[in-house]
Amino acid sequence: MDIDVIVDNIPFFLGGLILTFKLAVIAISGGIFLGILLAQARLSSRAWLYYPATIYVHFFRGLPLILVIFWLYFLVPVFTGHSLNEFSAVVISFIVYEASYFSEILRSGIQSVPAGQVMAARASGMTPFQTARYVVLPQAIKNMVPAMVTHCVVVFQDTSLAYVIGLREFLRRINLVDAREARSVELYFFAGLVYFVICSLGGLLSQRFEKKQLKGAHF
Amino acid sequence: MEIINYQFDWSVIWQQPYGSMMLKGMFTTVLLSFLAWCIAVVVGITIGVFRVVPVRSLRIFGTCYVQVFRNIPFLVHLFFWYYAAPLLLPKSGQMWLYDTVPNYAFLAGVMGLGTYTASRVAEQFRAGFLSISPGQFRAAFASGLTPFQTYRYVIIPLAFRIILPSFTTEFLTCFKNSALTMTIGVMEITHTAYYIDSFTWHGLETTTAASLVYLTLGLFVVTLMGQVEKRIKIPGMITRRS
Repeated sequence: MDIDVIVDNIPFFLGGLILTFKLAVIAISGGIFLGILLAQARLSSRAWLYYPATIYVHFFRGLPLILVIFWLYFLVPVFTGHSLNEFSAVVISFIVYEASYFSEILRSGIQSVPAGQVMAARASGMTPFQTARYVVLPQAIKNMVPAMVTHCVVVFQDTSLAYVIGLREFLRRINLVDAREARSVELYFFAGLVYFVICSLGGLLSQRFEKKQLKGAHF
Repeated sequence: MEIINYQFDWSVIWQQPYGSMMLKGMFTTVLLSFLAWCIAVVVGITIGVFRVVPVRSLRIFGTCYVQVFRNIPFLVHLFFWYYAAPLLLPKSGQMWLYDTVPNYAFLAGVMGLGTYTASRVAEQFRAGFLSISPGQFRAAFASGLTPFQTYRYVIIPLAFRIILPSFTTEFLTCFKNSALTMTIGVMEITHTAYYIDSFTWHGLETTTAASLVYLTLGLFVVTLMGQVEKRIKIPGMITRRS
């Protein structure tokens, strides 16, 4: 074992980790935003909203993320005439892809609220917006938080795929140092450890929300 | 937004030599996910059982296994299998490996994907085991079955039917994850699509074709498993919520 190779390159790795976090934050916030729109469309009774959204979700859930990255990398220049830089190619693919997963979590959260409550709210004179704001969403959000946190951890792990397009995030930098120093065992153990610690924290957070939720259910 | 004059040339998908490359890539994807799935099911059931048995050390081992795989990206596992794992062998083992295994990337891919998917399969089985009423265990023990027989003849067949829908989903995840093996140089369909781009500049067509391959095969598996579910269900036990 040779720890020096890790210690010497800490600033380099840290820079990569910051980029990884940046990617994750953009992917999660963009994915949730687009996911909310998709979930609304999928719950809509209007066919022109429901069918495109449903096809969208099933289409992207059936593909590997890595293929979506390449596909958009080739597709977008056809429409815009400019080739994408690596960062925007990856960010766009993450948002487009993860939105389909987030929308399913959001949808099942909203559907977990019994339909009778919506009817009751509407019958007592609330507008659809008020029904969503005061009755459905507070309960739906509570139900879906653990699944959301779990998926955020998955997105964080997925950012390592930016590797394929040459973006120098954490894993790419590990790989680069390995190519120079040939210390695979130490470096990949280290990479695994870093991801493990960060993702375990996310997992613990999700468990806490789940416990809170169970407590709330018995009030 | 204007569409620039990109000349679509779909013939690149079936033109030789690219046509046979795509076919070979498709075959590699299917073979790799199938082999990995075999490992995943065997290891996954074992770990799943470990997580629920009343033996503390086995439970801890099972939990560690699942946590390690769940909290580390699959790509890191793949790189570990490809770059680091051979170095952990003794020198003679390394020599033997490089001499006898013609395509180590493929083997590393199968091992990485198999052990990774196993952790997900284990979680599904654990959920299945926990949903079986304790009465089944007691009844099986009371009728004189050993713990092994209890699992083999009573619990696993029941749990399997309960989790079959999510089992199908896990297979599809395994199938999609096989695309990541391109990072260690396995020539599966995604890699082939990208590779052909470097000769032809027609990556859009080949990646579209690759997407269709994933979607078609995925749809085929879902339909097939839907039939299997119908065939083997015990009335009142399977609940498939759409």
